[in-house]
Amino acid sequence: MHNFDFVKPATIADAVKALAKDGAQALSGGQTLIPTMKQRLAEPDVLVSLTGIAEMKGVCPSAEGLAVGAATTHSVVARDAAKPYPALAALAAGIGDPAVRNRGTVGGSLANNDPAACYPAGVLGSGATVVTNKRKIAADDYFQGMFTTALEDGEIITQVLFPVPQKAAYMKFNQPASRFALTGVFVAKFADHVRVAVTGASEGGVFRWKEAEAALGKDFSAKAVEGLTVPAKGMLSDLHGTAAYRANLVKVLTARAVSACA
Amino acid sequence: MSKITVSATVNGDAADFVCDATETLLDVLRDRLGLTGAKEGCGTGDCGACSVILNDRLVCACLVLGAEAQGAKIETVEGLANGETLHPLQRKFIEHAALQCGVCTPGFLVAAKSLIDHNPDPTEEQVRYWLAGNLCRCTGYDKIVRAVLDAAAEMREANHAA
Repeated sequence: MHNFDFVKPATIADAVKALAKDGAQALSGGQTLIPTMKQRLAEPDVLVSLTGIAEMKGVCPSAEGLAVGAATTHSVVARDAAKPYPALAALAAGIGDPAVRNRGTVGGSLANNDPAACYPAGVLGSGATVVTNKRKIAADDYFQGMFTTALEDGEIITQVLFPVPQKAAYMKFNQPASRFALTGVFVAKFADHVRVAVTGASEGGVFRWKEAEAALGKDFSAKAVEGLTVPAKGMLSDLHGTAAYRANLVKVLTARAVSACA
Repeated sequence: MSKITVSATVNGDAADFVCDATETLLDVLRDRLGLTGAKEGCGTGDCGACSVILNDRLVCACLVLGAEAQGAKIETVEGLANGETLHPLQRKFIEHAALQCGVCTPGFLVAAKSLIDHNPDPTEEQVRYWLAGNLCRCTGYDKIVRAVLDAAAEMREANHAA
């Protein structure tokens, strides 16, 4: 790793101040950032740890749904969201391995926006709101392509507000070595609409499969997506799976997620 | 780049050290505190050879900065045995021949201890999922899984008797 200074503020306000410096970078669980720094693909001058900020941790029901502090680890979400939002808890419980889940955080995952990460599907699929130190960003506006988000320099995700659907499920086809999603689909059924968010599949990162949303809005059953097709154009293609393979997975996993909702 | 002073508890003993910001918890344990049980395999969180328990949570020491350990409680493989008496996991690993080259073993032992701390009666499936972050290129995992299940059973019996 290149040399850097390390600071660990105790409040969001102090973290925002520390991040205003040139070359400052936020560090959450570090499960992606630290390996990236070891490979010298990132070389911040100052690392601002967000792991000591109590106001950014925890899972609690609020008027707008379930509020999850951005520095909450996956293992805590898996445990504490199990009753209020089981599909989200199951998603968190399926990320990586225990050591990753004990350090990795929801805010870190969203800020990185890896195209194969699980949380972007849960957040976009739930129609959640990403809360930062400056503003509230709707999930539909937040994700802007692979590793690209609406966050500005120095802006910190502090919380994510999840509306809790009537039914929801996340189905992931594991990349068996990394347990990232080769493709993953989050389906959420609300009183008057259905959301379907897909991760791991598209060159554009997480996206909503709107044809499936419309079909499932009329008939919430696995059969409703049988007649639909997902174009392979724009899908990721690598040694683990071709674009056509991933396109097919989107459909198969959507149907399975709908069945799992029942 | 200034040095950072850290006070932590390692295997029940107070441990104070000074480190650079760039040093990981693994670097600190091995190079500053002389605890070489945790190994650096990949350095990127894939292999689990550096598994330690940080504030009751299993982590990869290679992906935690040493500076983050301020005030933390750390458990490493060196803390498993009680003097000359091996921990049941260590004994069962030997009995089941759950190791060959041994490089991954400290990580497996610590990860397995963390599992039994949280779940004293794990199923085989739970053991396999829990140890998913620990790679072994020698054993094929079966003997490791059997050793963990056997150790857990023995520890339950001992607790029951006590």
